[in-house]
Amino acid sequence: MLLPSVLQPLAGGLSVLTTPADGPVTVASLLDAVASDYAVLGRRLRDETGALRRYVNIYIDGDEVRRLQGLDTEVMPGQEVLVIQSVAGG
Amino acid sequence: MVRMATAAESFVLAIGTKKGLWLATSRDRQEWSLTGPHFLMSEIPSIGIDTREGRTRILVGVRSPHWGPTVAHSDDLGATWTEPEQGAIKFPEDTGAAVERVWQIYPDAESRPGVVWAGAEPISLWKSTDGGEHFELNRGLWDHPHRSEWGAGYGGAAAHSIVVAPSGETVHVAMSTGGVYRSADGGTSWEARNKGISAYFMPDPNPEFGQCVHKIAADAAVEGRLYAQNHHGVYRTDDNADSWNSIAGGLPADFGFVMLTHPRRDGTAWVIPLKADGERIPPDGRLAVHRTDDAGNTWKRLSSGLPEHEYNSVLRDAASVDTAEPAGVYFGTRGGAVYASADEGETFSEVASHLPDVLCVRAAVVAGA
Repeated sequence: MLLPSVLQPLAGGLSVLTTPADGPVTVASLLDAVASDYAVLGRRLRDETGALRRYVNIYIDGDEVRRLQGLDTEVMPGQEVLVIQSVAGG
Repeated sequence: MVRMATAAESFVLAIGTKKGLWLATSRDRQEWSLTGPHFLMSEIPSIGIDTREGRTRILVGVRSPHWGPTVAHSDDLGATWTEPEQGAIKFPEDTGAAVERVWQIYPDAESRPGVVWAGAEPISLWKSTDGGEHFELNRGLWDHPHRSEWGAGYGGAAAHSIVVAPSGETVHVAMSTGGVYRSADGGTSWEARNKGISAYFMPDPNPEFGQCVHKIAADAAVEGRLYAQNHHGVYRTDDNADSWNSIAGGLPADFGFVMLTHPRRDGTAWVIPLKADGERIPPDGRLAVHRTDDAGNTWKRLSSGLPEHEYNSVLRDAASVDTAEPAGVYFGTRGGAVYASADEGETFSEVASHLPDVLCVRAAVVAGA
């Protein structure tokens, strides 16, 4: 999982997080693993209901997961998951 | 008379804006030094300065439009900040709800150390017993049968005012929109208490609840007396909110968001009127604070030191008092100007200008700094 620079301090300064997987895993379980290691980072990405925050976008091979199966979208071993904040604010 | 801080203390003014937090310190409430921004690009809609237990803890509600809300605290006047790993405030799973914004952080009385209340959006009341590090949802208000009929003001649906009586048994909360609710059992059960407050924007202008109260504050010395700035209407109750009566006579307008009360003296309160719902500017574009010293029977216009023309509004929590003698009065505008008065509003001086929209200010006399 590739993190934007603004979130990297919450992951011990890492820009890339990896998790072992024998087969496909869902985005939700990937985020569970992130939250297990980095609780504050986990809360930045999802609210307490488990929903992806409105202005957080997660891409898998260029596709935003909301256009796929949302957090149930499966990630294959070796695939990159990109976290990007959407263009918002004023 | 300029009230200087003693050698061991100073004044702290925390300024929450739409794009971060600034902290101002002063020895005399005239000259201020600013640090910031802290939490750059996150809004700071709520601040609590807890000076109990020989410690100064600054609690802030932080909300990033991207990364969501949280509560952080600093015990070293902003040099470092701590955010509990699992989050200080989050809805229990069975509610299916998520905190959108923390609107209010309210350290309780000296006699109840560690107790901090919070009001949040969606409309909810929270209580911490560990100094604001973890909050628990108040189920009585969350499960209230009126909930489905509460609405959202322009800024969102939130519990924004919390007033706890000295005994701790009587608690008032105010919400937009829903009105004032009172608990007589420390927060276990709640009843709407809006008799006398107009809801002119509803089919029934005098409903049991649904009023758009903007801010409530308790009188410093008369138990059961509270003041309310409403969405058109300024009111006082002398019977713990069983009934409210207008005290808007003598004000240039009955609209506004701010309601402050004196830390010790009965009958003294401040408002900052705006012309009207449809014209949210100071009356005639002339910014002024109005103070009553007789519980709202008469009001005094105070504008010394304020700009001649001002077209920005002052939000409900963008005003505060400190506990010094004489009391300090502080407020900030949506135009990013912040003003301080060391003499209860008689004269103001500018603390800061050109900040982002000021959402919240809180002031305190603190040790050190």
